Amino acid sequence: MVDELPKARIATTSLAGCFGCHMAILDIDERLIELMKLVEIDRSPLTDIKRFRGRCDIGIIEGGCCNEENVEVLRDFRRHCDVLIAMGQCAIMGGLPAMRNAIMHSDEPLRECLEEAYINGRYIRNTTHGIPNDPALPLLLDEVYPCSEVVEIDYQIPGCAPEGDIIFDTLSQLLAGRFRGFERERIKFD
Amino acid sequence: MSGFTFTIDGTEIAAEDGQTIMEAADAAGVYIPRLCDHEGLRHQGGCRVCTVKAGGRSVAACTQPAAPGQTVESETPHITKLRRDLVEMLFHEGNHLCPICEASGNCELQAMAYRLNMTAPTKFPYLEPCRAVDASHPDIALDTNRCISCGRCIRASLDVDGKSVFGYVGRGIHRRVAVNGSDLAHTDAAITDHAVSADVCPVGCIIRKRTGFTTPIGEREFDHGLIGRKIEEKRRG
Ligand code: SF4
Ligand code: SF4
Ligand code: SF4
Ligand code: FES
Repeated sequence: MVDELPKARIATTSLAGCFGCHMAILDIDERLIELMKLVEIDRSPLTDIKRFRGRCDIGIIEGGCCNEENVEVLRDFRRHCDVLIAMGQCAIMGGLPAMRNAIMHSDEPLRECLEEAYINGRYIRNTTHGIPNDPALPLLLDEVYPCSEVVEIDYQIPGCAPEGDIIFDTLSQLLAGRFRGFERERIKFD
Repeated sequence: MSGFTFTIDGTEIAAEDGQTIMEAADAAGVYIPRLCDHEGLRHQGGCRVCTVKAGGRSVAACTQPAAPGQTVESETPHITKLRRDLVEMLFHEGNHLCPICEASGNCELQAMAYRLNMTAPTKFPYLEPCRAVDASHPDIALDTNRCISCGRCIRASLDVDGKSVFGYVGRGIHRRVAVNGSDLAHTDAAITDHAVSADVCPVGCIIRKRTGFTTPIGEREFDHGLIGRKIEEKRRG
């Protein structure tokens, strides 16, 4: 019987993402109840648990890496999870945050991006006239990196955000040990 | 014209003298992936996404003439992987941010990635080039971050419009498509040109201003099914 099996443990995190992918997890709708019979959620914004309580079967990553904290969290997920999934275009290829990697005609895209965002932008009202540099802020990386450039990623669920259906099907197939890839008709990069 | 037959992945295909492998396949309802080839334009044989094995050799199906009795392999795991790698490299060579692209859902490059199942973690580096957007023309914009150098706009401008708005510049990996003028506003490009019609540019590089994002998600060309399905439907009858 299903409920006698030990539940699979899932962890999730949002790195350089917009939380849209986590919202998409909720698009599973009432099937969440079905899913919760099979899994227990460990570290995740959904449980507000900040540190791993144990080894997890599946880790789900939203967003790529734009700062050193993202890298640390991602490596922690790789260490604690048997299967690591990059979910959504940000995690898969950097997504919108990666626009700063190729800011036109700039040898220093990061500086140009920050100056535009905090100093030069036409609609900025920034009373400090400076780029935030509080020591509590994680240091930004030179570029935004897709997850697969930082750790080994086992599966990627495409989309921005992925549809609830593809998330549910992928998770339930993985849990049942019968994930054989996506139906091509359902692959979307937006 | 005299006819003959050959096979693609074991299916017998009728062909006429002078037809390319792709032309005969299209007529028979067998889809071979392609990006630089486009109906109504002369063949270029540049992107190699249409690579097939004919008699054991890799050839471009869009330029290779069909031959009587030939055995052609197209959708084998090996060729599919080769095509997928080519498409993936096109993504990485430019800057393709599908979630914010007006071509998304109608884009042939993206649709090819779907068809070829481009979902595995990548092994290729992202080149992330710095490329310009040319919004000088009142009706047309170019976002060259998305250009895949397929040359369709060049052939359409030259052969259909009788102009030469677009052309290749540079060599090797630096070969790019550029406009014949300081910017698009300083060419004789017009919104009525075939070269800038919605069909010619396979990606979101040539943009017709004030038309973006008009089709809702779910109703765009490739929301309805895989690229190539229209050709494949012919076969199912
Ligand atoms: S992939 Fe899209 S929905 Fe997901 S985090 Fe990135 S921007 Fe948000
Ligand atoms: S041109 Fe196509 S592949 Fe490139 S960003 Fe736009 S939709 Fe994506
Ligand atoms: S602008 Fe479009 S049609 Fe012209 S070469 Fe680039 S991708 Fe091809
Ligand atoms: S379609 Fe044949 S080489 Fe591009």
